[in-house]
Amino acid sequence: MSKLAIRIENVSKQYRIGGLQQTNRTLREALTDSFKMPFRRLKDTRPQFWALQDVSFDIHPGEVVGLIGRNGAGKSTLLKILSRITEPTHGSLTLYGRVGSLLEVGTGFHPELTGRENVFMNGAILGMKRREISRKFDEIVAFAEIEKFIDTPVKFYSSGMYLRLAFSVAAHLETEILLVDEVLAVGDMNFQRKSLNKMESVGREGRTVVLVSHNMGAISRLCSRAVLLDGGRLKADGDAPSVVNLYLSDGQETTGERTWEPAKAPSSDYVRLVAVRVLDQTSRVSDTFDIRQPITFEIEYDVLREGKRLSPYFTLYNEEGVPLFSSADLAPDFIYEQELTFTGRRISRCVIPAHLLAEGMFTMHVGLSAILDHNAAQFNVPDCMRFQVIDPMEGDSARGVYGGAMIGVMRPKLAWQHEPVAAADAAKF
Amino acid sequence: MVIKPSRGWVGLRLRDVWAYRELLFFLAWRTVKVRYKQTVLGAAWAVIQPLSAMIVFTVFFGRLITIPQENVPYAIFVYTGLVPWTLFAQTLTQSTESLVNNANLITKIYFPRLIIPLSIVGSNLIDFSLALSVLIILALVSQVQLTLNILALPLFILLNIATALGIGLWLTALNVRFRDVRQIVPFLVQIWLFATPVIYPSSEIAAPWRILYGLNPMAGVIEGFRWAILGDVPFPDLFILVSTCVSLVLLISGAYYFRRTEKSFADVV
Repeated sequence: MSKLAIRIENVSKQYRIGGLQQTNRTLREALTDSFKMPFRRLKDTRPQFWALQDVSFDIHPGEVVGLIGRNGAGKSTLLKILSRITEPTHGSLTLYGRVGSLLEVGTGFHPELTGRENVFMNGAILGMKRREISRKFDEIVAFAEIEKFIDTPVKFYSSGMYLRLAFSVAAHLETEILLVDEVLAVGDMNFQRKSLNKMESVGREGRTVVLVSHNMGAISRLCSRAVLLDGGRLKADGDAPSVVNLYLSDGQETTGERTWEPAKAPSSDYVRLVAVRVLDQTSRVSDTFDIRQPITFEIEYDVLREGKRLSPYFTLYNEEGVPLFSSADLAPDFIYEQELTFTGRRISRCVIPAHLLAEGMFTMHVGLSAILDHNAAQFNVPDCMRFQVIDPMEGDSARGVYGGAMIGVMRPKLAWQHEPVAAADAAKF
Repeated sequence: MVIKPSRGWVGLRLRDVWAYRELLFFLAWRTVKVRYKQTVLGAAWAVIQPLSAMIVFTVFFGRLITIPQENVPYAIFVYTGLVPWTLFAQTLTQSTESLVNNANLITKIYFPRLIIPLSIVGSNLIDFSLALSVLIILALVSQVQLTLNILALPLFILLNIATALGIGLWLTALNVRFRDVRQIVPFLVQIWLFATPVIYPSSEIAAPWRILYGLNPMAGVIEGFRWAILGDVPFPDLFILVSTCVSLVLLISGAYYFRRTEKSFADVV
């Protein structure tokens, strides 16, 4: 058997739901309870909830393991147990080596302290020795790009500067095992890219990393292996692309569709929104799409009064907030030949082609306006829908076999042609 | 390193605390630094508080109370009590809130939780040493004859810390579960002040009650301070003995109770 970095054996964690709700249980209640039922402690009748049940797996040194699953699947609980923040109810974990945990960036940052002071404070909290921090101090500040403001209290920092500094301290933590929870999901796109690159290099250094993320793109890119948790149990464990695929094809997505009750729906005198959906090529509602597949956008609405030429539209933004494009049916046959006496429910659909969007999270602003009528907006729903596009890295997307970072807000798959140039022709130039 | 569920009473893992001593230092340093940020008088506040209490008590009780030490002004007498009292009261009040206030740390990172109340003691020791230097200066200025007794002062300071920490640990751990504690503490501190020989000498207490009175560990601490600095009285052996025992019991039981409940802090806080 080869060497281990982390061994997780039959780990379970139970929370008492009553206990969670009654955190502020008063002393009087506790005292009167113990008078009324002196033996109550022996038998706790509050409802129980297993956040983790009998989870076992091993991690070898140098592995970068992604921990995935829906909200409440137990990912964060497992990470908290690994970080020793909370204890398992049953089972045991063995960690071979120094552990650094980044469940949040900037833990312990105090707004009144200067950047310099916070670096030392935060470093100490993460378990770095003072000498270690002093040695890496210049590097940390340079990575965060805030040399000029290092002696300014961080309350005067912009949120970007704050996050950069906080991440920078964390990124310079040198432990054999690193536990990371969603810290990549902070900051602007440039910063996220920088932190992703940093994480990649951490992986290359041969350190063991356990990463929790909802960003399937990051998981497929950074991790060699993924572990899928579902309802506190281990559901799958294997190479990252196949586990990510399993997770994505698991159905039961509750997002990817929004419906409105008539009373609360965005509406005007002429039209009322009913539902907005994004669907994959099998017409299934989803919030995560394979980069190689088309995405169908669907809007359902009630036309309440006749007499307007109604056209739905959407604008797509990437996670940096850059508008990528806007779309509406502006074809003359739709506009001029629209049935102006129609009332009732209607669905409008359009397809965003495969191999168009880059990997990442996208936000849709959805609206509907009356065209040829000063384009009067009937309703407009900003941040109406979010979905993500991931690349399972199987070699047939635009990135092909390249696994690194790719720039650009779009990722069209273009056909390249390559042909040899005859020696005689080449000589002419 | 192995992580397993712990059951019942567990060891104190003081070695772990030692390994995290730098964090302890930084937390104490942060508390002090933040406490006096954006104040005009800065660390002078550490001295102003007991000094102003001294003035108030001197004005109101100065003439009413006769103190055993001849040649010592009442103001010095009461200030000698107020310095250790302030350390005690501040530690109690602040450590009660400390775990709840640091919930963001506790739920995000592991370190021995004992570090947090310890850092409160540490930060208050800074204030304490300032107030203590002022006490020595005041004593010299008002021509109190310092004796060799003062060499025993560090022992009483230790007793002072042990008492504050012991009770602080109990209240801190209890406050995580029962937020009633923080409502009680200010009131408790007020009552406790009058049950402690801060503004009056313990000689005011009728002899048969003194052993009972000594169960208040702060009684021994303050009598000890007075003996060490002001001298001129017999060594308060009975008080010191009873108080030391009580405060050690509180400290050890407090630390174990704290450790026992520690594992659930992150879940409950």
